[in-house]
Amino acid sequence: MSNTDIIIHDEKDNVGVVVIEKITPNQDCNCWIMENDKSVSIQSKDEIPLGHKIAMIDFNEGDTILKYGHDIGKVVKNIKKGEHVHVHNVKTKKW
Amino acid sequence: MEIPKSFLGYKRENGRAGTRNHVIILPVDDISNACAEAVANNIKGTIALPHSYGRLQFGADLELHFRTMIGTGKNPNVAAVIVIGIEPKWTKRIVDAIATTGKPVEGFSIEGVGDIDTIAKVSKKAQEFSMWSSEKQREECPMSDLWISVKCGESDTTSGLASNPTVGNLMDKLEPLGVHLCFGETSELTGAETVCEKRGKTPEAQAKFKKTWNDYNDFILREATDDLSESQPTAGNIAGGLTTIEEKAFGNFQKIGGCKFIDVLEPAEEPTKGAGLYFMDTSSAAAECVTLQAAGGFNIHLFPTGQGNIIGNPIEPVIKLTANPLTAKTMSEHIDVDVSKILSREMNLNQAGDELIKSTLRVANGRLTCAEALGHKEFVMTKLYRSA
Repeated sequence: MSNTDIIIHDEKDNVGVVVIEKITPNQDCNCWIMENDKSVSIQSKDEIPLGHKIAMIDFNEGDTILKYGHDIGKVVKNIKKGEHVHVHNVKTKKW
Repeated sequence: MEIPKSFLGYKRENGRAGTRNHVIILPVDDISNACAEAVANNIKGTIALPHSYGRLQFGADLELHFRTMIGTGKNPNVAAVIVIGIEPKWTKRIVDAIATTGKPVEGFSIEGVGDIDTIAKVSKKAQEFSMWSSEKQREECPMSDLWISVKCGESDTTSGLASNPTVGNLMDKLEPLGVHLCFGETSELTGAETVCEKRGKTPEAQAKFKKTWNDYNDFILREATDDLSESQPTAGNIAGGLTTIEEKAFGNFQKIGGCKFIDVLEPAEEPTKGAGLYFMDTSSAAAECVTLQAAGGFNIHLFPTGQGNIIGNPIEPVIKLTANPLTAKTMSEHIDVDVSKILSREMNLNQAGDELIKSTLRVANGRLTCAEALGHKEFVMTKLYRSA
């Protein structure tokens, strides 16, 4: 088994979580999907630290981020596959 | 793993069992803290629980104050209680309610006496309680005597990935053994509230949860000056990779595994519907939440953390676990259970859940938690609104 760089909770999720100290730009990363035990790969565009999220697809403003198979917020700035997903491009739909 | 059938606890007069054997000096109000602390300093084996409130509160806020004071005294981790207040009436109300457990409890009031003579009188009684309780022995108690509360803090994405699901795994394994379980953090279920509501075992439990969450959300919307993004998620959460309250909520929610809650408790309310999972309406601030759960009668606490929360409680041992490998390394003196190997897939959830059960039993049997060894005893009253 190759090392896991990114964990994805649910098959439906469109973001993954970095589980190594950090990933660097243009790194080929191994992703493990917990729900179905499948593996996928992705090439990063940004440096992303441990615990932070990577976009598994391209997003447009207004799109919904899915994690745990559920809606966790809206995209407020276009995001390319492989980029860092965080407070600079995603906001809550609550409050 | 075969789950042990028993642990070594202190059997109490009312049939409950404690994982600890504290003698507490409980001030009714802020101005009685000095007396309580002086007594605890005089008499070894006692602990004072100073706090900031207890004067001119009214209505639901005053009722919560009494419920927290009384529940703390009734907790089976407490062998005996001394209550000190400025005046006798509220002191007596707390003493009388704690006395229903059958444990030794005595009240003192300061008005008309002064601190010095009060300290002298109380110290004599505290010495008696301390020496009496020191002879109590641990005895074999069934697992169903464990009342386990959970709350996470300084969460990050590793909490939702691994440390919270580890707690969920423990719940799934211990619920069938007749353990009482409790989760809370009303505001931190925001985004996951409809999913959580469906986890109510009965339509009544679901409706009660919905009302509780709606009331809290209305309160937040009424008082908020911005979108709460400075508080929820916290700066620590954001540093750890959490982006929105919804993401935090779904991570938080992993702590209950596949369990369903049988009832919704008021803050500090003691459960009365038998063994199983309860939801308690609490703030998501760590010390406030654990203080309320301890007052509800829970005798051991599991606290998953991501970025490294350091909280403890004076009467309920708080076991910390983390799945964040950096936190496990940089804050090792605060971490009782390291489950970071889940992220590198060297450990699975089933194994992590077993490790947590083993650690929980060691602590139930008397092993000090990191927080206890470091002297963390945060006792924080929840205040609903300003005093009269």
